[in-house]
Amino acid sequence: MAGASAKDVLMDYDEALERFEPVLGFEVHVELSTATKMFSAAPNPAAHGADSSVPNSMVAPVDMGLPGALPLVNAQAVRYSISLGLALGCSIAPSSRFARKNYFYPDLGKNYQISQYDEPIAFEGSVEVELEDGVTWTVPIERAHMEEDAGKLTHVGGSTGRIQGADHSLVDYNRAGVPLVEIVTKPIYGTEHRAPEIGKAYVATIRDIVRSLGISEARMDRGNLRCDANVSIRPRGQARLGTRTETKNVNSLRSVERAVRYEIQRQAAILAAGGSIVQETRHWHEDTGTTSAGRPKSDADDYRYFPEPDLLPVQPSPELIEELRAALPESPVAFRKRLQADYGFTDSEFRDIVNAGVLAELEATVAKGAAPAQARKWWLGEILRIANARGVDAGTLVSPIHVSELIALVENGDLTDRLARQVLEGVVAGEGSPEQVVAARSLKVVSDDSALIAAIDTALASQPDVLQKIKDGKVQAAGAVIGAVMKAMRGQADAARVRELVLERAQA
Amino acid sequence: MSDLIHWTAAELAGHLAAGDVSSVEATRAHLDRIAEVEPDVHAFLHVAGEAAMARAAEIDRLRAAGEAPSPLAGVPVAIKDVLCTADMPSTAASKILEGWIPPYDATPVARLRAAGLIPLGKTNMDEFAMGSSTEYSAYGPTRNPWDLTRIPGGSGGGSAAAVAAFEAPVALGSDTGGSIRQPASVTGSVGVKPTYGGVSRYGAIALASSLDQVGPVSRTVLDAGLIHDVIGGYDPNDATSLKDEWPSMAEAARRGAAQGSLDGVRVGVVKQLNGEGFQEGVRARFAESLERMAAAGAEIVEVEAPHFEYAISAYYLILPAEASSNLAKYDSVRFGLRVDPGRSTTEQVMSVSRERGFGPEVKRRIILGTYALSAGYYDAYYGSAQQVRTLVQRDFTAAFEQADVLVSPSTPTTAFRFGEKVDDPLAMYLNDVTTIPANLAGVPGMSLPIGLAPEDGLPVGLQIMAPAREDARLYRVGATLEALQDAEWGAPLLSRAPELGRPVPVPGFGTEPDGGTR
Repeated sequence: MAGASAKDVLMDYDEALERFEPVLGFEVHVELSTATKMFSAAPNPAAHGADSSVPNSMVAPVDMGLPGALPLVNAQAVRYSISLGLALGCSIAPSSRFARKNYFYPDLGKNYQISQYDEPIAFEGSVEVELEDGVTWTVPIERAHMEEDAGKLTHVGGSTGRIQGADHSLVDYNRAGVPLVEIVTKPIYGTEHRAPEIGKAYVATIRDIVRSLGISEARMDRGNLRCDANVSIRPRGQARLGTRTETKNVNSLRSVERAVRYEIQRQAAILAAGGSIVQETRHWHEDTGTTSAGRPKSDADDYRYFPEPDLLPVQPSPELIEELRAALPESPVAFRKRLQADYGFTDSEFRDIVNAGVLAELEATVAKGAAPAQARKWWLGEILRIANARGVDAGTLVSPIHVSELIALVENGDLTDRLARQVLEGVVAGEGSPEQVVAARSLKVVSDDSALIAAIDTALASQPDVLQKIKDGKVQAAGAVIGAVMKAMRGQADAARVRELVLERAQA
Repeated sequence: MSDLIHWTAAELAGHLAAGDVSSVEATRAHLDRIAEVEPDVHAFLHVAGEAAMARAAEIDRLRAAGEAPSPLAGVPVAIKDVLCTADMPSTAASKILEGWIPPYDATPVARLRAAGLIPLGKTNMDEFAMGSSTEYSAYGPTRNPWDLTRIPGGSGGGSAAAVAAFEAPVALGSDTGGSIRQPASVTGSVGVKPTYGGVSRYGAIALASSLDQVGPVSRTVLDAGLIHDVIGGYDPNDATSLKDEWPSMAEAARRGAAQGSLDGVRVGVVKQLNGEGFQEGVRARFAESLERMAAAGAEIVEVEAPHFEYAISAYYLILPAEASSNLAKYDSVRFGLRVDPGRSTTEQVMSVSRERGFGPEVKRRIILGTYALSAGYYDAYYGSAQQVRTLVQRDFTAAFEQADVLVSPSTPTTAFRFGEKVDDPLAMYLNDVTTIPANLAGVPGMSLPIGLAPEDGLPVGLQIMAPAREDARLYRVGATLEALQDAEWGAPLLSRAPELGRPVPVPGFGTEPDGGTR
């Protein structure tokens, strides 16, 4: 089935929008970074700094579905969920309930998932999102509910890592029971040609919100934040909604935008050719920029939900809700306005940062002591360049603390910009902190004049004609000597200082 | 020491404290009794002889050092196989869990151990506690010590038979719809289902989470109270555990026995839990008990519980629904039986393992429950059943306005014969008609023996029910009635049970002198 994706026919995007109206919906799963899991005392792999690399090393009987084990609700996860609900402008249910979602799958220890069904903890909210040109858009939120994550299957023996052709499968229950909040939007109408960017901006806003709340590591590349994009289109003038597809595995902001765009174009081509859309989940393929059919999904999917009898209803006190409301950080939009003023950036400078998705990184870099302008230069410059070349989010490449360290090294004169770019390359390659890369690659600027002078004298001696020209006052001729010296120093010298010394030595 | 196995837990505890018997002797005596009668009774699925003797020796040393962990330290106990034990297989009498040893003790088991009781082994039951006869055990049925051709009740027939056959003075059971009280009733023993949330369910292999409750099985009301005191109380590992401070049930029993009077106690007779379909001898003994209680000063009132007639229907929707989900975890992936037909997918292995691992009643209820929860049927089945549940709870609330305790026969009949109902699920289900309402409402219930039915000479039980959290009333009223009966009869009912463990007579060479029905 996966092979069919390559043959998808796409309609030109502008034509698709002329003939059809897109309607979007998003389900975003946020992994909470609590110390322990949703229903057990096992350590949470989604907590800050957790190492879950050893399979099945972070499990309790509940996560394995062992007979007799009973779930307990993580109170911190409930508080995080309430905070998130409040930040989404939702009402918090005075009483909400967990339910069992029953289906058999080997990564699900109990063969049911404890989730919330008809009584979610938060409901009816909205989120303001800002688009690249500064226009704001309101995304209506239907609900946010608590649930547990499932484990992970690894299929062994096949060529593709997929289950087809695999010889056996391994199950890792570390992720089973990780606390999740699933945020479900209402249908988003009227986005028109901006549908893809609204999708991207929405997910970015959710990411910013959970980061500002400090309730999740919020790394899309690590699955802390996972987006399912629901897309349907309907012919202009038709009231009835079209059949939707649910695209999963959309693991970067860029992918959200691309996946929505792709589905609009794919569906338009099918409808225009007289075909019909199959209600199904689709998988986004980052590498090919396409989606492929997953399993058919119909409203007849029967999870046999019923209230979880092992748990009592969640009934937060009004005092707790108000306490959490009072502790909410400012909204991302307000936060941005304040930062822009603090940093003294122009509207367009600031928008570039936001649009590149590096505001949080930049803010963290400044918080570590870097000048805002320098932080901006690096995040929008070299880091973004590498990120774009690799098709990943910039924040996944390097940490703000390392960037601020790098900037400090340049400011101190230990590194030139050119050297700093090499150091960055090393940091991105995982060679350690900037200091460590500098040490390992011996990249420090040579600030010892005697070493420079020795190199300059050698260069001048080997180019007597150039020396003569400089002596004759043709200062620009020094360039050839400077180049030779920089080469001899393997670039690890401050070119301005070299120039000064060359002129000095030539006159000596 | 031949009396030793006939002592109650309270008596044995007294002798242990006085030092005229050791836990090693007591444990040895019960293990010997087990060896003697198990070929007939088959109450145990697993006997932990060595571990029991080692622990008994340890308790004797502690006692000698003045460090006995509790007054019951050194008293042997049998544990229903539905409860997890870290040192013994815990199978819920299912093939799918054959040999499975959990990494933890159920909370009630851990509390018994901490109090110094000696686990003797694991007792037989209907598979996953589904049944009323132990005939659905994957390891063969337990036989009723009163008549080896009859069922010991279920699902906890093993615990009740072990106690009635003097293989253990006390035992643990679990009661989802009567699995403690019905076996107690048909074996002439005492069984208590505590208030829902009164005893932790942590480590109890779940049948129906909203109905399951662990409780004591014993030969006297006081012994049940002693065990209840040890296993009960708040457990942070069970979200449905009540945080209440509980009065001592043993104390309530002692007071009840000492008072000898029921002055001022309003005893409500549930009209819907007696009458048509109830065995004549059961009704006769029940009426006699009412007279006995009235003579002791109780005010007997008749109460209506109009929705109890729907309780069994609601129960057989809620239970299978929850069970179908609770039993989904037995899929061969992480533990338990795995049947691999070869060259098969994970789904096929799961399916075949469940097909081979589960018995017919388990499959029947999984199918029923899956159906009841299905889209389009949920409201009609599970939803309606929950509404009935609410109505049953209201019936109880109304009834308890007129009475301090409610009473009924514990079961409609005495012990039936093997095979009598095993092929007729509905008849089997109806056997629980009296006990189910208490589970639906979460209220506590006790069964205690009130005599033998004249027509078959088999034990009859009285069920006493109290409002939620008022478990102590069961012990107070039950102990009074028990004391009156013992005074009248001169000995407990179980002393009239036929002797076990003697050579089985060869057919044609005469019957046993006591007229035993084997």
